[in-house]
Amino acid sequence: MSHATPDQLHHAATAKLAEIRASGKPLTAKDRAAIPPQEMPNQDPNLRRSNMNEVALGYSPEQTQLEAERCLQCKNAPCVGGCPVGINIPAFVKAAAEGRFDDSIAIIREASLLPAVCGRVCPQESQCQAPCTLGKILKDVNKSVAIGRIERFVADRQREGGAQAVPAIKPPTGRKVAVIGSGPASITVAADVRREGHAVTMFEAFHKPGGVLVYGIPEFRLPKAIVRKEIETLQAMGVTLETNYVIGRTRKLRDLLDRDGFDAVFVGTGAGLPKFMGIPGENLVGVFSANEYLTRSNLMRAYDTAQAHTPIYPSRKVAVLGGGNVAMDAARTALRMGAAEVHLIYRRTEQEMPARVEEVAHAREEGVIFHILQNAKRIFGDDNGCVRAIECLRYELGEPDASGRRRPVEIQGSEFEMEMDTVIVAIGNESNPLIRQTTAGLNVNKYGNILVDETGQTSLDGVYAGGDIVLGAATVILAMGEGRRAAAAINARLAGPARA
Amino acid sequence: MNRIIRKQQLSAEVFRIEVEAPLIARERKAGQFIIVQVDDAFGERIPLTIADADPVRGTITLIFQTVGRTTHLLADKNPGDTIPALLGPLGTPTHIEKFGHVVCVGGGIGVAPLHPIAEALKAAGNRLTIIMGARTASLLILEDEMRALADDLIIVTDDGSRGRQALVTVPLKELCEQNPKPDLAVVIGPPIMMKFGAETTRPYGVPTVVSLNTIMIDGTGMCGGCRVTVGGETKFVCVDGPEFDGHQVDFDNMMKRLRSYKSREDADHHACHLQQQAHKLAAG
Ligand SMILES: Cc1cc2nc3c(=O)[nH]c(=O)nc-3n(C[C@H](O)[C@H](O)[C@H](O)COP(=O)(O)OP(=O)(O)OC[C@H]3O[C@@H](n4cnc5c(N)ncnc54)[C@H](O)[C@@H]3O)c2cc1C
Ligand SMILES: Cc1cc2nc3c(=O)[nH]c(=O)nc-3n(C[C@H](O)[C@H](O)[C@H](O)COP(=O)(O)OP(=O)(O)OC[C@H]3O[C@@H](n4cnc5c(N)ncnc54)[C@H](O)[C@@H]3O)c2cc1C
Ligand code: SF4
Ligand code: FES
Repeated sequence: MSHATPDQLHHAATAKLAEIRASGKPLTAKDRAAIPPQEMPNQDPNLRRSNMNEVALGYSPEQTQLEAERCLQCKNAPCVGGCPVGINIPAFVKAAAEGRFDDSIAIIREASLLPAVCGRVCPQESQCQAPCTLGKILKDVNKSVAIGRIERFVADRQREGGAQAVPAIKPPTGRKVAVIGSGPASITVAADVRREGHAVTMFEAFHKPGGVLVYGIPEFRLPKAIVRKEIETLQAMGVTLETNYVIGRTRKLRDLLDRDGFDAVFVGTGAGLPKFMGIPGENLVGVFSANEYLTRSNLMRAYDTAQAHTPIYPSRKVAVLGGGNVAMDAARTALRMGAAEVHLIYRRTEQEMPARVEEVAHAREEGVIFHILQNAKRIFGDDNGCVRAIECLRYELGEPDASGRRRPVEIQGSEFEMEMDTVIVAIGNESNPLIRQTTAGLNVNKYGNILVDETGQTSLDGVYAGGDIVLGAATVILAMGEGRRAAAAINARLAGPARA
Repeated sequence: MNRIIRKQQLSAEVFRIEVEAPLIARERKAGQFIIVQVDDAFGERIPLTIADADPVRGTITLIFQTVGRTTHLLADKNPGDTIPALLGPLGTPTHIEKFGHVVCVGGGIGVAPLHPIAEALKAAGNRLTIIMGARTASLLILEDEMRALADDLIIVTDDGSRGRQALVTVPLKELCEQNPKPDLAVVIGPPIMMKFGAETTRPYGVPTVVSLNTIMIDGTGMCGGCRVTVGGETKFVCVDGPEFDGHQVDFDNMMKRLRSYKSREDADHHACHLQQQAHKLAAG
């Protein structure tokens, strides 16, 4: 794939935009559909596979305006229906097209708290950009209006300009709310509840707040500084942050209500229990869960070998099992940690891969080798108990299963072996059992996900939950949506005079 | 937060520190541990057993051996200094009941995690025989504390510089041969010692609890880095343990996994060392 430099993309967009503006005529739908979709400027694949810097560099102002001009401003705005938090997409895109970037971000912020994060990591092609009329006309979802990239630009511009004001807080109500975890669901709840004037304390088990945004998603996709900024804003709003504090151990959930005087609790503990394949050889030296591998690299900064005390396994040939964002992140991290070859092994086809299209493309450009319709069956070790090879089996696609995706069917006798020294298992996460094991009366389903009613309340009065702990491993924006809903319920509950 | 109140050097490589951690001091039970980080920005997260706690003063005691970077950095700290990150109490508390006669076996630094367990077992009305072992006399720790708990205290050293010249497995075997045999053995020390401790009690059918020291990151069940094979199943030491049925643990796999991050030469050296120890234990 040819690599257009940021400068080339910027100049092309500037010229085209000038041409449109010079004509002075209002654009017809046909004119808009004819504007070339704006490519995201990226770091050169040959360079980026050996650094941790962000891969996508962001649009220039002119690229943003030109991309925004592609929007047809549909009356029925199908894009809004595809956004889990219902951002007024045509309005913010129009403001961006007209260069009113401050207005644009203000419109987004009415519905979303983490636009710089969402603009980077939302699976736009399966959310807002999936139903986009323009994409339908051009018969390619990848040619829909690049809503996420426009969002990212206006959010970055605001943050970099230092204009991101601390939201106004109502006068103190004397009510206290505990928020467990510090991922996107919890961040949303903390902000929304604090705005109403309630005191908020956020408890996080790790030493750094942000949840998966800091321990899972790598720096090259979501710079930690962006998450830190959001947390700083929360703190500036008066939210108290307690790190190194694990609810269920350091303090029981019930104690927060019964002894510590919290009026409500939100549980946003995420999906933090790695799944393994259950195949022979899985406990050999050199087999990791993606959680461990990514946490070492991201949270513990093992990639900074000069400074970090936490080591990361020296790998030469790596197999990553899975096809989601987690698998892509692990594979691309392994390349950056110096692996000579990284093989991604996925049981279905690229069509069914749950990862964001952009991440799959980036992984490919960086040299990750894809093995589709294959699955690991066994891991072989050497005399020292270290990974030596994996045995795989080939698959073909059968009938669609409950998920609507065609079911992979194994081809009998198709076993073959590949030499490897590292295997990273990235086949998903289940709910961490700690809270439910230490909280009597908290109802969960058979996967361990906490059950909630339509307001986000759990089986315990005053205890709400949301995000991955309720949905199972999902997305950032869905976690935020859940947080919004629970915060509204908490605020409704706490409205009125405080208890004596 | 987490100010060091007291520091004491117990032997050439072993230190005891008392740290302010009121919440942990209040909640902790025997068998639990904490995760400590000596540097917030770049530090490693390592597990250490809560050797003792004073809920009134709001302090916990940690006893650790300097083996690598983090434990050395910790040993460099002094009273008044703070520890940036301390998470706990983690792990499933020890199952304590009145078993009858319990043999507690501690090897080297393993005496530190053994102490609170012995204390709880004693409080539950058990008769305790405590076996303490070390390579040499100067490496024995907590002798007075253990003596205070023991109905019988047996000290062994590899070189005979203190107590009997033997490995801990020798008196353990003798106790198993007695009639009645012990009702329970708790064996804590280096993995190789726990392995041979469990092998010693196995033929006699004496239930044997070991406390595993795998490599950990989060300590809350999130990463799976601490996993071990127990009875053919994968278990997470940080949440399912750290204590397990010693007769079910795959120690060989665990010892290999512990060496994951050693460089090649280092690993070879270590393997030789382990082998020496294994031969000695097997011979004994
Ligand atoms: C590697 C990876 C890549 C991903 N990529 C994408 C992507 O590109 N796009 C996307 O939309 N989504 C992505 N996701 C999914 C997304 O990150 C999650 O859906 C989202 O973070 C869930 O948010 P949450 O607030 O529910 O919990 P989390 O972000 O999981 O945060 C939970 C927090 O709670 C803390 N915690 C847990 N238990 C306790 C306790 N008992 N006491 C105190 N604290 C506790 C945890 O330490 C953690 O910090 C990815 C996930 C991973 C793992
Ligand atoms: C539940 C639990 C409780 C523990 N309690 C104590 C305690 O009370 N006192 C104490 O001194 N130690 C205890 N340990 C062991 C302690 O965690 C390690 O000694 C420590 O992680 C070493 O860190 P380091 O950075 O100094 O050394 P590193 O540089 O990480 O390692 C140096 C050497 O130690 C080995 N090593 C690394 N991690 C571990 C580990 N987790 N266990 C054993 N060897 C390891 C390495 O293979 C290497 O040979 C406990 C471990 C666990 C899992
Ligand atoms: S569907 Fe697409 S073209 Fe229509 S308003 Fe939304 S973003 Fe614009
Ligand atoms: S230390 Fe991560 S799961 Fe046990």
